[in-house]
Amino acid sequence: MSADTGLSWNLVSDVQQMWQLDSMVNAYRAGTIVAVLAAVVGWFMVLRRQAFAGHTVALAGFPGAAAAVYLGLSASWGYFGFCVGAAAVIAALARDGAGGGAEESALTGVVQAFTLACGMLFVSLYKGFLNGTDSLLFGSFLGVTPGQVAVLAGVAAAVLAAIALIGRPLVFASVDPAVAAARGVPVRLLGVAFLVLLGAATAEVSQITGSLLVFALLVMPAATAQRLTVRPALGLGLAVAIAALVTWFGLGAAYFSPYPIGFWITTFAFGCYVLAQLFGFATRRHGTGRRHVARALGVS
Amino acid sequence: MKDAPGKDSVRKNGAIADTGEEHLHENLVELRQAAAVVSGRTLWGGVDVAVACGEFVAVLGPNGVGKSTLIKVLLGVLPAASGEVRVLGRRPGTAGGEIGYLPQRRNFDAALRIRGTDVVRLGLDGDRWGIPLPAAGRFSTRQRAAEARIHEVIELVGATAYAHRPIGGCSGGEQQRLLIAQALVRRPRLLLLDEPLDSLDLPNQAAVAALIGRISRSQDVAVVMVAHDVNPILPYLDRVVYLAEGGAAAGTPAEVITTETLTRLFGTPVEVLQASDGRLVVVGGPEAPAPHGDRHAGAVVRVGAGMGMNAEAGTGMGAGMDAGMDAEAGDVR
Repeated sequence: MSADTGLSWNLVSDVQQMWQLDSMVNAYRAGTIVAVLAAVVGWFMVLRRQAFAGHTVALAGFPGAAAAVYLGLSASWGYFGFCVGAAAVIAALARDGAGGGAEESALTGVVQAFTLACGMLFVSLYKGFLNGTDSLLFGSFLGVTPGQVAVLAGVAAAVLAAIALIGRPLVFASVDPAVAAARGVPVRLLGVAFLVLLGAATAEVSQITGSLLVFALLVMPAATAQRLTVRPALGLGLAVAIAALVTWFGLGAAYFSPYPIGFWITTFAFGCYVLAQLFGFATRRHGTGRRHVARALGVS
Repeated sequence: MKDAPGKDSVRKNGAIADTGEEHLHENLVELRQAAAVVSGRTLWGGVDVAVACGEFVAVLGPNGVGKSTLIKVLLGVLPAASGEVRVLGRRPGTAGGEIGYLPQRRNFDAALRIRGTDVVRLGLDGDRWGIPLPAAGRFSTRQRAAEARIHEVIELVGATAYAHRPIGGCSGGEQQRLLIAQALVRRPRLLLLDEPLDSLDLPNQAAVAALIGRISRSQDVAVVMVAHDVNPILPYLDRVVYLAEGGAAAGTPAEVITTETLTRLFGTPVEVLQASDGRLVVVGGPEAPAPHGDRHAGAVVRVGAGMGMNAEAGTGMGAGMDAGMDAEAGDVR
């Protein structure tokens, strides 16, 4: 950031100044779309204990984007192609549809190592590209075009619609696969469908936070929400709220400081998680009901 | 699998149409000369079983004999290799919501952040597509009815006190009660339970056994329960099915769990002893092959299983329990 974007004492005028830039408005639009999507998909991912699969799918975005740039295509195509592809490979080869199995974790590790190696190859093939590696791995919010925002919105709408369609059976299959299967829920098919949706969501998030820091939006808000509440609907809402807030503050902080966006979003999300853990310790003895919380906090 | 003879389905349809006496005598489960084959090996064959409305039936037998396989055949997950199987008068796998199922399992992951009520609710409508809308609960009568039913069934199993806690943090006995509530929530006519007392301590075994016995009476639900120890459920049982390699014996516990019947069934000398408090101990019996890595097969002492068919049982050490259980009980005392 240049020197004239430092914070003044008037926060309102600072924000107004920031939003006069088209690139920042686009960044906020893209960030909000990505945050909502990541929080919802991440909530299911945490419930299914598939964080490792999510991480691997995210890392597949790195060689994807590197290959796309090397071939002169938009990085977005690389992210989507490789993330969804890696998700499909994991889904097709893992036998257990319930998620989080031992076999799946070994397989996921194999896929992850190979994708990272491919990423390194593409980076070394394209010598002048080395400067871009940082933003592929750790995120960037500069240069988000209105066209990209439209694509992000379209993909997010499609993924969220699909999640809304399969939401309840997906929870059933995640929590209780044997009973769900006996009730006629297509457990394995849902597992595959979810991984593909996870791939698409990860590809979106990667474009803001980079491949290494997708968890800032995918895992942290969901994990924080699940620490705070055991109610599914409330947890989903909290995850979305936390993800949106940390993204907004992260974008603002990155604009007014010399440090990268990935650092800020991750740090804010981490702060939320630490607070949620403290809250969990404080309320552990009493439960998380409204009265219990009040009692634990000393308000009655 | 062969379809049922025409006259049979006619009779069943008639029974559903009239709610008279014939309905009461309708068999919810019927196996005739049924056999199960898993990866080329015949687990059991020539099995004849009939379970009537509201009956509590235990499926017993050594480890690896295919007790859980019987449940899978009834669920329609695995086809019977031969013979005829009817569940609620239909082919297995087509009765859906009228069957409550409790699979054999270990406990829920302690980190699972979902409430007991949510797990019970999934039993009610977890197979419906879409997502539940939180606001709809206040306005739709169906939502209210669903919530009332969940509340009722949780109360029935005595889980009200902990149903709102994360299920991963509940004890084994508490989780098992919530899972029984989940299996019951659709008012099934048939409950299929796969070792629900497994991994519970002795007081919880007795309590959950009593609960299942009470439910089968008060809710008019037929229960088919796989068990490795008959003693906790013995007071509540109507009938037992004893599976052995190649055959099966069915009847009341007094008919089946006898020295004569089991010796004939297993083809080797078996002795049934009765402890002073009525518990049964089976001594001798074959060591069942368990090539599928049944998770009990590794236990050193629990070789005969069935009903504590271990050598130690004869020396008065474990009346119908495996040695592991005994050690646990001993620690408590």
